[in-house]
Amino acid sequence: MSVIFVLIGASLAIAVGFLIAYIWAVKSGQYDDKYTPSIRILFDNQKKQNETESKSDLNNKQGAA
Amino acid sequence: MDILTHKQTAISDEKNEIGKSCYHCGDYCQDDSIKLDEKIFCCNGCKTVYEILSANKLFEYYSLEKNPGIKKNEKIKRNYEFLEDLELKNRLIDFTDGTITSITLNIPEMHCSSCIWILENLYRLNNGIINSRVNFLQKTLNIYFNETSTSIKEIFELLASIGYEPALNLGQKEEQFSKLSYKTLYFKIGIAGFCFGNVMLLSFPEYLSIGTNELPEMKKIFAYINILLAVPVFFYSASDYFSSAWKGLKKKIINIDVPIALGILVLFLRSLAEIIFSIGPGYIDSLTGLVFFLLIGRLFQNKTYDTLNFERNYKSYFPISITIKEGNSEKTIPVEKISVGNRIVIRNDEIIPADSILIKGRANIDYSFVTGESIPVEKKNGDVIYAGGKQIGEAVEVETIKDVSQSYLTQLWNDEAFQKTEESRIVSLANSISKYFTIIILSIAGAGAAFWFSIDSHIAFNVFTAVLIVACPCALALSTPFTLGNTLRIFGKNKFYLKNTHVIEKLAAITAIVFDKTGTITENSLSEVNFDNAFLNDEEKILLKSAVRNSSHPLSKSIYRSLLEFSIHKTNSFEETPGKGIFASINNFTIKIGNNNFVNEKLIIDDEGNTKVYISINNDPKGYLLISNKYRTGLKQIIEKLKRVYQLALLSGDSEGEKQKLRNIFGDESNLYFKQSPHDKLNFIKTLQVKGKRVLMLGDGLNDAGALKQSDVGISISDNVNNFSPACDGILDSKMFHRLNDFISFAIKSKKIIITSFIISFIYNIFGIIYAVTGTLTPIVAAILMPLSSISVVLFTSFSTNFVAKKEKLL
Repeated sequence: MSVIFVLIGASLAIAVGFLIAYIWAVKSGQYDDKYTPSIRILFDNQKKQNETESKSDLNNKQGAA
Repeated sequence: MDILTHKQTAISDEKNEIGKSCYHCGDYCQDDSIKLDEKIFCCNGCKTVYEILSANKLFEYYSLEKNPGIKKNEKIKRNYEFLEDLELKNRLIDFTDGTITSITLNIPEMHCSSCIWILENLYRLNNGIINSRVNFLQKTLNIYFNETSTSIKEIFELLASIGYEPALNLGQKEEQFSKLSYKTLYFKIGIAGFCFGNVMLLSFPEYLSIGTNELPEMKKIFAYINILLAVPVFFYSASDYFSSAWKGLKKKIINIDVPIALGILVLFLRSLAEIIFSIGPGYIDSLTGLVFFLLIGRLFQNKTYDTLNFERNYKSYFPISITIKEGNSEKTIPVEKISVGNRIVIRNDEIIPADSILIKGRANIDYSFVTGESIPVEKKNGDVIYAGGKQIGEAVEVETIKDVSQSYLTQLWNDEAFQKTEESRIVSLANSISKYFTIIILSIAGAGAAFWFSIDSHIAFNVFTAVLIVACPCALALSTPFTLGNTLRIFGKNKFYLKNTHVIEKLAAITAIVFDKTGTITENSLSEVNFDNAFLNDEEKILLKSAVRNSSHPLSKSIYRSLLEFSIHKTNSFEETPGKGIFASINNFTIKIGNNNFVNEKLIIDDEGNTKVYISINNDPKGYLLISNKYRTGLKQIIEKLKRVYQLALLSGDSEGEKQKLRNIFGDESNLYFKQSPHDKLNFIKTLQVKGKRVLMLGDGLNDAGALKQSDVGISISDNVNNFSPACDGILDSKMFHRLNDFISFAIKSKKIIITSFIISFIYNIFGIIYAVTGTLTPIVAAILMPLSSISVVLFTSFSTNFVAKKEKLL
């Protein structure tokens, strides 16, 4: 039956891990804005590359269109 | 031209207009003269923004949403020189390491996903910007930029050039504070939830009596782990209830948090005693669950409209910087540094920051911020101009005679109404009940203990604590936040935004309603133009429309709007004299439009206070147009309904010109007050309150600010809720004005729902107390009864508010 204490210990440790993850998420500001990210994810991914690269990329797009 | 045809359906303020809408902002275009890349624009401002964006290949802006742009006010060209001022700069900057700097700006104009997109792609418009992030709900933009290649001033200019002018308010520190307390609540809920879940898990063997007989030491260890889990809940998550109860007791007020804190305390101590002395398993599960539910309720109540600003002071109306003249040189200084005797240059569309005397130039002051009256007043040299007026026309020079804070209008803010902290005269329902509640519970607990004491002192102690535990008003404390939180949301869906949930309770308790006139019961943008006294044929109406089209004066705009069905001729020459009128020549006609002595050589005697616009064509007088305020739709019906229940009054800063019309609506002359100064309005509210009335004030402008603040509920009516509105408890979109009585009656019904849920929670309490006084409250009964009562009350309030809202057609 003593295995139950090991299991309780393990389950508590995992739960504490999730609690820490939650606290980290709040601290890093993930709960500050619950709306904008939902829109941001829909934008076309145009990574901020260095200027020349992104410009040539745009020109290509323009040419294609 | 497919694109253009479906753009026509875009939203436009003017109804029933068939025309083309601007590719940038979607506004109605008067003609298609402003064109670029086969796209039509309503004004050059919109075209310029399009040019900037298309030059940088930011076409996605227009593909994400239709007509996403913001109509630019072409006239306002702010001078951002003052941002070079080091002191001001430091107030704006979040942090800097000399090269990389971060600032957070408030952008009131952002409204759609295109806005987010463009603001997050600012780096493509300015190389110095490294990164920009939008928080849409708070309407803030966080920018990281490189100080070596750009500056705050350039960023402001860039944002202004594409229509997203940052609003400068220097009271940002408070905002950050509220953000912090929001985070703390999340932490508290997280920890309480974590502990609650684990405690429940560890309590199951106890509930089901599994294994406890075989392994008594397991029972003990589980109980000790429970204590360990209860400690953070008791000391951290529940700390607000203890501090609030303590604060209340110090002021000799028994608020709702007192019985809650008492319950939590007794729960914790008794559980501790039971476990340590091996008497029983304790009530840790109930304790953690209780705190968890209570905090969820608090989260629900904390719904705020971050984007709306309810706490404005006069500074938010005024420019942040001003140009002063010293000798022959001009200098830009922050507005608070103005002192008496400074000579200030006021340009077109700039606001006068302090009471001044006009020294040079022709002033034409629009006092719409102050009085709501949008028709400008002409001033001559030596005249006093009050702070808050807006100059229209040429640049003028004025000399200040008072400090910014001592000016006529800003003096209002020195009134005690603005000094007092939020201490409502109407005590919230839960708090007023909790006093009796606490006393009754304590006496039941005492009586129960006294009864058992003669039989068994041990049971007496158990009974006393059990009553306090089971009577802990969890359901009572939850019914208010959930009902009011839901009501607040329903109001918000109907464009009625309240500062917080307390306002709903206050709104339900009002007994008198005071209206401001201009801008509140009349529409700002719409005036009725009466052609009865103007003798014009259709051709002459076309001339009139063509002439006023060139002018941006509010009266010209009203006339233009009333003549939409007519066509336009080309204007040969046009001249506008501020404060007088318009002179235009079209084809072979000369047309004069304006005030009496501008148009007519011989003065025609004017009898009433209404606004008249005289017209002459080729020097032939054609009579006048009568322009009067248009009352909001549904005003008469709403007054009709409110009149039966509430004492009504109307305060107007204007003269008595409209008395007759208003009497027809309000029915009784004695409630109409004219020529009221801002201080008169404030004092009027005070007198009503002294008479024991609870006053709802509806206003719209800076001149109502004092009255709005003094009243029990001050609601500001606004055409655009994100625009300027004075300090108030709520903001009502002017389109929803006709539902005002529905809002009030819904607030009253919400209060009734709270009372009903109180009764439900009392019934639960009676059952609980029966268990408690008979000494049979086992942990499992407590663990079932507490969540059951809380959840059922929450479900009841949510369903019933939604039901009532549907019945009132608010949902």
